[in-house]
Amino acid sequence: MNGPLLEARELQVRFHAGRGKRPVRAVDGVDLAVGRGEIVALVGESGCGKTTLARTLLGLERPQDGTVLFDGAPLGYGSGDLKRYRRRAQLILQDPTGALNPRQTVYESVAEGLRIHRAVARKQREGIETSEVDLVSAALAKAGLRPPEGFFMTYPHELSGGQRQRVVIAGALALEPELLVADEPVSSLDASIRGEILALLLRLRDELGLTVLVVTHDLGLAWNIADRIAVMYLGRIVEVGSTEQVLQAPEHPYTQALLSVVPEVEEIEPVVLAGEPPDPSRIPDGCRFHPRCQALAGGAAEAAGVADRCISDPLPVIAAHGGHRAACWLAEARSPSSP
Amino acid sequence: MSAGEAVPRLTARQVTRRRRRESARRTWNEFRSHRSGVVGLGILVVFVLVALGAPLLADATGLKVTAATGGVLEAPSAEYWLGTDDNGRSVLTLLIWGARVSLFVGLLATAISMVIGTLVGVASGHFRGWPSSVLFRLTEWFLVIPFLPLAIVMASVLGASLINIVLVIGVTSWPGTALLIRAQTLSIEERPFLERARALGAGHWHQMSRHVLPNVMPMVFANTTLTVAIAILTETTLSFLGLGDPLRVSWGSMLDDAFGAGAITTGAWWFIIPPGICVILVVLSFTLIGRALEEIFNPRLRRGILDETSKPRRRERS
Repeated sequence: MNGPLLEARELQVRFHAGRGKRPVRAVDGVDLAVGRGEIVALVGESGCGKTTLARTLLGLERPQDGTVLFDGAPLGYGSGDLKRYRRRAQLILQDPTGALNPRQTVYESVAEGLRIHRAVARKQREGIETSEVDLVSAALAKAGLRPPEGFFMTYPHELSGGQRQRVVIAGALALEPELLVADEPVSSLDASIRGEILALLLRLRDELGLTVLVVTHDLGLAWNIADRIAVMYLGRIVEVGSTEQVLQAPEHPYTQALLSVVPEVEEIEPVVLAGEPPDPSRIPDGCRFHPRCQALAGGAAEAAGVADRCISDPLPVIAAHGGHRAACWLAEARSPSSP
Repeated sequence: MSAGEAVPRLTARQVTRRRRRESARRTWNEFRSHRSGVVGLGILVVFVLVALGAPLLADATGLKVTAATGGVLEAPSAEYWLGTDDNGRSVLTLLIWGARVSLFVGLLATAISMVIGTLVGVASGHFRGWPSSVLFRLTEWFLVIPFLPLAIVMASVLGASLINIVLVIGVTSWPGTALLIRAQTLSIEERPFLERARALGAGHWHQMSRHVLPNVMPMVFANTTLTVAIAILTETTLSFLGLGDPLRVSWGSMLDDAFGAGAITTGAWWFIIPPGICVILVVLSFTLIGRALEEIFNPRLRRGILDETSKPRRRERS
């Protein structure tokens, strides 16, 4: 039981954009491992495939190629397999306002998962004396909504954004999952609420041993809560490592550029990336970042003698296991010891 | 939350019941502010009371041709407020009993039409791939068939009886509802709470019955009242064409009789105008109610429950 809780192996997800168009390669070969009790941040700009990757890891999207392993076993896509998986892995969506049915009270929203999985009957069969009301109360309390009974009758539109996100989290927690995938959990919330929700995720990890995969475009957020960071660009992970490694010594020019525009980081000169925003139906040859790479444009790659490789040689997929890695020819040339 | 409000052990069912009561009250409060809707409701209530109280208002023996007391096509008088028909029966009595048939057919046919339309609409909006296209084609197919000829053919094949008329109207009038509900379902399917439901492990049935249906239900409701109007008109049309139940008096069959008796040429306006006006009033009342409900329920026509800023927080209620 020492392996990672969640693992992706050479995951590929393509969407067909229509007749005569190239398929969109939203996830284009990803290896990723999330250990038990670990908080991993998946960082990347809009459209890089991070949400698709998160949905694929939850089984909401079927990969064309590659496998998702949960607890060492490959994910099955039969309805029974998926339903069993849902009890152990839950999703938290970006927009808590849309994620709650406006016609359901908080109680019903939180009890929904319990009813779908007949959790009360299951617990009673195991000899635990409990009721739906108890489980809903407990979930709301865990998510920091106290007293839970005071929220039963309220509707989503009567709550603040932070409270709504807590309701969504409570709905996920009610099933007592092992893994939470949070897709931009705070990006639609006020800055003052963000800290509270992030603190809640950290507390849940400490108290319940939850494993959390946070999908975000915000490196600052990743810095605050993640143990490890995976940076994604155009369907592939370009740099992975512990938070300290990635943020203090970023190797990939893309990570450097992302980091330079985080407001808290003042010592780095901001890098504004040039060129078109990437199109996942036309992934460039060579390094997929080379048309926008400031190291290539600024001549650093030329000086290190790898500029030709950047333009023509595709990079291997970064392995899920191991320390700090970056998919960059320049980074490799600079540290010849790394494989 | 005030200290006096003790919210101890609520069962799940109590929570649901309270919620329903609350939302019904909110809808009613909003409905009251639509004057035309209230007028429509008033007219409708009068007709419903008349239909329910028909045995008290007019003796049923007045419907029998053999027991007719008046002369042929007598003009309105103190005895016969609305005159008599060609068999000597009181037109007022016929009108009162006709309200029963017209409302019964209208409501029951609409119920059938709504059930079919909602099921087909939700299913074709929810499922992807071939089940959706098959249902959608079926809807379009029913939509393009000329409605009246189809109804006439069905009515003559099935035979003239009240239930058959209800079936004919119900089975031919659902496609419009299905299209409307399908469009609404498609927009609800895109909302994140369905993604959340899928992530929670909800199956198709759960998604449709718990999330899609409650959110399209207001539209169904508003559309129902509009369909009732059409159903009543259709019943009148079919009866006028001689396809109604010959044993029962409805407003449509009265118009048919009046036409057959030459009431138009003999100037017996009391035989034609009252049933016509009744049809118009009932149809108008349903349309007014439907319009008002549509305005209340259609999120685009109002500042609704999705917009949290327009409503005061109700948490402070005592």
